[in-house]
Amino acid sequence: MAEARSFEGPRAAERPLSPHLQIYRPMLTMMMSIVHRITGIGLYFGTLLLAWWINSAAGPNGYAKFEAFIGSWIGRLILFGYTWALIHHMLGGIRHLIWDTGRGFGPNEREWLVAANLVGSIAITVLLWIVGLLFVGGPQ
Amino acid sequence: MTPPKHIRTPLARVRGFGAAKSGTGHFWLQRVTAIANIPLTIVAVIIMIMLLGRNQPAVAQILGSSTVAIIMLLFIVSIMAHMRIGMQVVIEDYVHDETAKLGLLIANNFFVAIVGLTAVYGILKLSFGL
Repeated sequence: MAEARSFEGPRAAERPLSPHLQIYRPMLTMMMSIVHRITGIGLYFGTLLLAWWINSAAGPNGYAKFEAFIGSWIGRLILFGYTWALIHHMLGGIRHLIWDTGRGFGPNEREWLVAANLVGSIAITVLLWIVGLLFVGGPQ
Repeated sequence: MTPPKHIRTPLARVRGFGAAKSGTGHFWLQRVTAIANIPLTIVAVIIMIMLLGRNQPAVAQILGSSTVAIIMLLFIVSIMAHMRIGMQVVIEDYVHDETAKLGLLIANNFFVAIVGLTAVYGILKLSFGL
């Protein structure tokens, strides 16, 4: 990270920076921290879809366009990814709220929490899609 | 009257923020909105699943009904406040060029304002039947 100059300009002193990602051996907790940020960024831009859906419901033509997009394979793929990102970020948020209380930092506890986060998010996403597609009728 | 030993104003000293310029406001708001987002997201997802496959007039009517509209408005406001801070932290962590950072921080505010208000407008429009 020595090349990561600050905004002070080229004449700024070459002070040592704290070690960053590439220094450490990858660990599950660390990877999940990164995934939490990535899913957050995904959800951020995904709100465009939410705003489009809400506003399209005002008229039949607009809603037909939205349904055509979300029903297409790319639309469904985005919606599936969005579902997972939402559930994963929510469960990750609960994990962070638990950590905020000072609990769950033991070696086994923290590993269990991140594993439950990952497994839980995949399971709930699949479950929601089964419910959506089979029992409610799908995006059509 | 003795001249002051430093040029920091008494107010700045009392606030105690130093070069950080702000305190735990963002930290706290991020957690408050996170807690609010949990039940709101669960209910919003249930609403979305229940609206699957329904035709446009039905979707418009349900989304615009008082209870659903209020829940959706709370959901939108809470996630917008949460994601604005989240994206700001990401920008501050990874963008080190001062000009680019400033531009992106402003763009973040614009994005949240435009998308958030558009979504709020959409709900209100359905609710008031305009």
